[in-house]
Amino acid sequence: MVDARGLSCPTPVILTQKAMKSKEDYYEVLVDANTPCENVTRYAESQGYSVVVEEKDGEFLLKISK
Amino acid sequence: MNKKNDKLVMIIVGLVIGVISAALVYFGNPKNMGFCIACFIRDTAGGLGLHKAPPVQYIRPEIIGIVIGAFVAAFAKKEFRSQGGSAPMTRFILGFFAMVGCLMFLGCPYRMILRLAGGDLNAIAGLVGFVIGILCGVFFLKNGYSLKRTYTLTKAEGYILPIIQVVFFALLLVKPAYIAFTEAGVGPGAMHAATGVSLAAGLFVGAAAQRVRLCMVGGIRDLVLFKESRLLLGFLAIGVAALITNIALGSTGTPYFVLGAEGQPVAHVDGLWNALGMLLVGFAGVLLGGCPLRQLVLSGEGNADSAVTVIGLMVGAAFCHNFGLASSGEGPTPAGKAAVIIGIIVVALIGIVNTYVKQEAKAAAETK
Repeated sequence: MVDARGLSCPTPVILTQKAMKSKEDYYEVLVDANTPCENVTRYAESQGYSVVVEEKDGEFLLKISK
Repeated sequence: MNKKNDKLVMIIVGLVIGVISAALVYFGNPKNMGFCIACFIRDTAGGLGLHKAPPVQYIRPEIIGIVIGAFVAAFAKKEFRSQGGSAPMTRFILGFFAMVGCLMFLGCPYRMILRLAGGDLNAIAGLVGFVIGILCGVFFLKNGYSLKRTYTLTKAEGYILPIIQVVFFALLLVKPAYIAFTEAGVGPGAMHAATGVSLAAGLFVGAAAQRVRLCMVGGIRDLVLFKESRLLLGFLAIGVAALITNIALGSTGTPYFVLGAEGQPVAHVDGLWNALGMLLVGFAGVLLGGCPLRQLVLSGEGNADSAVTVIGLMVGAAFCHNFGLASSGEGPTPAGKAAVIIGIIVVALIGIVNTYVKQEAKAAAETK
């Protein structure tokens, strides 16, 4: 689980990138703005993951899986 | 939006923005300066009397348009969020020195592309410096650089900068005696498209840039960090479209594309300082999370941290002209050179403090 709320890009993507070094099949990333949501999604997809976004109270939970 | 579409939209938006940028010169803006966030914030600072340099005083409607355009686009898409509280003074200082770098080079990254599209070879030195500056910033990012988190603020906070822009526009229209205007022939401040044209161009660019997250710093940064080319494509598309438009506009009898280094409009030929100026801009831009254009757009989206950065840019511009730091067509000034060196050192210190010192503090807290 990466908590990237309130962090401005590209930090959320860098945190995701670092987390993904462990090569697991499932990650969760929490962000609170549209731009990091899009950027993390774009990065995860470029790494061969698929992403499901759940939006709640202005926060986005990205469920990233292989 | 799937990936391919994503890039295609970016390219189309970049092309349109490129054409608009070149067309603004046809409509009256200074050569190779259809848009320049740094120059236009500087002109606005002059118009407001924050500096007294007679050649560069005009409240530029393009800046107002960008903020309001981004505000409207963000609002319509329910992306307007009043946020802030992430290292405001650090951002102010980064904004300040980004402007010092811009006015050494005589342009922001956006104008750097437009200068290239106008055949100004001095901008190549700027581009080299810009890339090196971004790599410096990326080095810190890779090692854990980050400013603290932002928080949701009261709604009013995010409205303040857009409201200020509306006030600026009112001042531009009413022209009270205390608002300065460069007199014709005195300098680039006197060269501008009609207010409505400038405002419309700004509104479009602001809204479009908000939608696609256009950023000149982000383009090169993301390519290096993530091998992600989307933002860079926007950057390139602007250059290509502006180049083609400049060449096409040559048929009006006035040359808009002139290849060379000597005698370029609002530019100087000192390669080293062109490069160092843009190095400072690229470096500060990465640590800020975006180029001056992106800061304007984010401030329109309600980001109070970016609004503080914009104020930093404006105060930086005022300092540059009050203390002779800004270059002119004749070249850089000794004071400007000193300021750029100080700026690079300060930005590096900000990078170090927010990368390593922070980690030490964190490690100390964890061992307790």
